[in-house]
Amino acid sequence: MIQVENLSKRFGNVQAVQNVSFEVEKGKIWGFLGPNGAGKTTTMRILTGYLPASEGTARIDGMDVSTHPFEVKRMVGYLPEVVPVYPELTVKEYLHFVAELISIPRKQIAAAVARVVERTHLQEVYGRLVRNISRGYRQRLGIAQAIINEPPVLILDEPTIGLDPAQIIEIREMIRGLKGSSTVILSSHILAEITQVCDGAVIIKDGHLKAYLNREEWGKNLEIITAGPVENQDWESFAKQFSFLSEIRAEGESVKLEFKETIADVNQLLKSLIERNVRIKEVKSGLESLYMKVISTEDGRLS
Amino acid sequence: MKTVITIAKKELKTFLYSPIAYILTAFFLLVTGFIFYNIVVWVNEQAMRMMQMQSQYGQPSQIDINRMLYEPFFNNMTVILMFLLPLLTMRLFADEKKMRTEEMLLTAPVRTWSIIIGKYLAALIIYVLILMLTATFSFFIFANGNPALGPILTAYLGLFLLGSVFIAIGLFASSLSENQVIAAVISFSSILLIWVISWVGESAGAAWQGIFTYLSFFQHFQNMVKGVIDTQDLIYYFSFIFLGLYLTYTTFEFRKWR
Repeated sequence: MIQVENLSKRFGNVQAVQNVSFEVEKGKIWGFLGPNGAGKTTTMRILTGYLPASEGTARIDGMDVSTHPFEVKRMVGYLPEVVPVYPELTVKEYLHFVAELISIPRKQIAAAVARVVERTHLQEVYGRLVRNISRGYRQRLGIAQAIINEPPVLILDEPTIGLDPAQIIEIREMIRGLKGSSTVILSSHILAEITQVCDGAVIIKDGHLKAYLNREEWGKNLEIITAGPVENQDWESFAKQFSFLSEIRAEGESVKLEFKETIADVNQLLKSLIERNVRIKEVKSGLESLYMKVISTEDGRLS
Repeated sequence: MKTVITIAKKELKTFLYSPIAYILTAFFLLVTGFIFYNIVVWVNEQAMRMMQMQSQYGQPSQIDINRMLYEPFFNNMTVILMFLLPLLTMRLFADEKKMRTEEMLLTAPVRTWSIIIGKYLAALIIYVLILMLTATFSFFIFANGNPALGPILTAYLGLFLLGSVFIAIGLFASSLSENQVIAAVISFSSILLIWVISWVGESAGAAWQGIFTYLSFFQHFQNMVKGVIDTQDLIYYFSFIFLGLYLTYTTFEFRKWR
């Protein structure tokens, strides 16, 4: 659905994105990871037709963004980094404006707005001026304008920023609900968010694509941080207990586990650790350790 | 076309919700009203004097209200418009850039031209409303005298066209910056420059003088105040409007190659 080939973008002398290629299949949710200034937003802006690429191509549903901007824009819902709202309008006026702007047929506008307001829980502020609503509501309004016409492709630049934990979970649920019907790219700083929501992730650093990971790849390992040393445990018997374990590395206050296949449910494993009196402080997903490995190494290539 | 209306509607709302349109209208009416009043008082004095002269020497004479009242009034109004309209148009694109809503507009399935025309129309509608309010001044004159209606109407057409040019220039200036003050300064100084460009002509030889005089707003407006609608003047105004809108369009096209 989304194909990016050798994409590069220069701003004067600054190389913002260099030779980035990846692909996202239809109906999948893909995460964009990377430190600030890595080129995530620039890549997203190229995909939405806001910025032209210096080199390379970006295709949505087989259509080149640079040669078919109009058709592509019709298919893509976009939440920019800064939520694009007009403070002088009310939430209602804003959503109606967006609906008209993206050519939702007049008769369907009321229904589309009502649906999206319910979905993003904006009922409470529906009649208020955008100027006066809180940052969390503003962010949700930004998501609302992106999904109002239920676009087949959704590009979300940090959708959960500025939200409180309960709202973050809500939005994640909402995005997860899109799986299958929409193809989604979302950027985030929160690794846990990517692990929970996404089918895969792209790691970008300094404009380069550092890793293209499927869920399977990060589902194959887990790191457990403990309060207290772990070397004195009987890891051999633990390994025998779970046949899918391929490797255990226990050093200091961390246990690194590698699996033979992707394991979605690790509850049994954690339960057994607790029974063995391992004091679990933190469970890091495989993505987290992969991410740190990519970001911290200088050349950063994952072997 | 539908998008043009959508954009124009939203812009009109923004104009009407923000105090700036009301403040500008109020000041515009205050200043033009003050000028109108002063000219009327002056014309009145002249009329008195003429009547005295008429009774002393028996010379019949007539006050030409159109020439004595309306010509200076409309000429003064153009100067005030030069200050007013850049303040009306400065917001149009600068604010979209500043609020980053531009990103939404430009990633929506919308033609750039629709956005430009929509915003242009909205500013034009506000301007026409303000202009219509100044027509109320004339009720008083028509109630107490008999000026010729023709030249007044052509002068209003001239004001409308001149304002349309100013708004097109202002729209372009607004597309250049995310700072409204900068946008206003650019449009104000461009308008002023095009206004006084005929001055250059005076020292530059006959051929140049012709060109610069043609380029300046001044001459084209004078014809209309005198009641003359010349297609040459209309072409002048329309080409300036088109130029302003086209330059606005090119700033968006240029953005792509930066």
